[in-house]
Amino acid sequence: MALGMPRVARHRWAGLGFIAPFLVAFTIALVAPLGYAIYLSLFRQQLIGGNTFVGLANYSQALSDPQLWASLRRVALFLVVQVPVMLGLALMAALALDSARLRWAPLYRLGIFLPYAVPAVVAALMWGFMYGSQFGLVASIGSFLGVGLPDPLSGSWVLASIGNVVTWEFTGYNMLIFYAALRVVPLELYEAAQLDGASPLGIVRWIKLPSLRPAIVVAAIFSVIGSLQLFTEPESLRNLSPNTLTPVFTPNMYAYNLSFAGQEYNYSAAIAVVMGIVTMIIAAAVQASGRRRFA
Amino acid sequence: MTARTRVGRHSVTLGVLMTVMLAYAWLPLFWLVVNSAKTQASLFSTFGLWFGGRFALWSNIHQALTYDGGIYVRWLGNTLLYTVAGAGGATFLATLAGYGLAKYDFRGKRVIATLVLGAVAVPATALAVPTFLLFSQLHLANTPWSVILPSLASPFGLYLIWVYAADAVPSELIEAARIDGAGEVRTFFTISLRLLGPGVVTVLLFTVVATWNNYFLPLIMLSDPKWYPLTVGLNEWNAQAVTVGGQTIFNLVITGSLLAIIPVMIAFLIMQRYWRSGLAAGSVKQ
Repeated sequence: MALGMPRVARHRWAGLGFIAPFLVAFTIALVAPLGYAIYLSLFRQQLIGGNTFVGLANYSQALSDPQLWASLRRVALFLVVQVPVMLGLALMAALALDSARLRWAPLYRLGIFLPYAVPAVVAALMWGFMYGSQFGLVASIGSFLGVGLPDPLSGSWVLASIGNVVTWEFTGYNMLIFYAALRVVPLELYEAAQLDGASPLGIVRWIKLPSLRPAIVVAAIFSVIGSLQLFTEPESLRNLSPNTLTPVFTPNMYAYNLSFAGQEYNYSAAIAVVMGIVTMIIAAAVQASGRRRFA
Repeated sequence: MTARTRVGRHSVTLGVLMTVMLAYAWLPLFWLVVNSAKTQASLFSTFGLWFGGRFALWSNIHQALTYDGGIYVRWLGNTLLYTVAGAGGATFLATLAGYGLAKYDFRGKRVIATLVLGAVAVPATALAVPTFLLFSQLHLANTPWSVILPSLASPFGLYLIWVYAADAVPSELIEAARIDGAGEVRTFFTISLRLLGPGVVTVLLFTVVATWNNYFLPLIMLSDPKWYPLTVGLNEWNAQAVTVGGQTIFNLVITGSLLAIIPVMIAFLIMQRYWRSGLAAGSVKQ
């Protein structure tokens, strides 16, 4: 070899070379902030003595913080309702697209996917204007229908209204993930099912749904992560409903406001770490249950 | 004929159901278009889902682009910068690394793979506050770097390319290029990259959407409005109405929102053709 090095060894270095730039970005964007968050969470800014090492004191404070628990319960409720509704709609739409019995399927595929391109801020602004009393769309639709509709931004409805915004944004995205997974189901499976005389619904039940299993698990994990991290939509809607959407409405809003309104950086970092751990535990649980249920 | 290719009767029920979903998806967009054409006064006085009052689209656009010394145009430019540098860079790095993982064997590969895949589950937003604190220490906060650098790592993109490259680039082809004396880098750029095309476009689609729509990170990082992207700027305009003494400019928020989503939608429509060919390639392979 020209370099006097065994060829395989040279390839090894090439492999590392391809990965190195990503690893640098990965370190800056993820590893370093994560390490710094853990470091910060072990300290506390005190009136006497300044920045002091306090061990896990911030964590024990977080675990007994009623505001954190309230916000966590809120996103948990959100997650339990919104994620199944959204994924169910996406699944039905993907099966319809794949059924070959839908006219103008490309129009529906692209059209339903389109909201994914809209920034969460703009989505929240649009829905917020439609919800809001100033523009009165909900009120005028209510009077058109002859019924009094509740204020979508009032206490008991606001979580559902946020859920609607998130569902609107991501149903098409999940639909496309499921649809892509359906397109690569081996044709032999369909042929075998047809030889066995399976009905269209039988094909859905026995072939399509089992083939979608990994895609459903992945979509569920990403949706769960998204719900636990809820920030942009409620933060944006806060302009319209500042009393219902408090600064501690979700864990992420809480962490954000601790840092920027309260300058409590150390405690905020501890909450970020706690939320990261909670998210990873729940994501792992979703993955495990997905594996077990379908196995 | 198979279940997939048979052209059966078209189902009316399915058509109706999907039309309802399409209407739901388009309702807010329709609202946005209709209301971009209204004056501030008509926004409050006319029915929200139809045109009303003077047709003010052009004057709204003009006003949005020139308000406050043309700050909107500046935000648009910032967003473009963050998207081109952030999404372009992230896609490039993910493509290189995914290809490296799929086609090369080296020590530490398993560790790196596990680490990166674990990171897919790490919630990026949970890291936003620590990232800000770290970047403040490095005096990078409130600069374009503070938005671009954290967008450069896309573990999910790497994963997609890794899976895609395993099948799309035959190892024999790389071996043949080696025998012909081509270096690894040259092989990548002249042969492999072309085969990776649809996978790369898919990753680009996701990263473009993620960076164009990014809100939390720039909100935290940037304090100077001249570095804001559109998302942060628009929300600031919207909040202006509820702050004491703030000027109400809902018509500009609405028109500005419309202008902000048009470029992503165009990019979408262009890219989805390639994306679809990527999907089709995947299904033909079976």
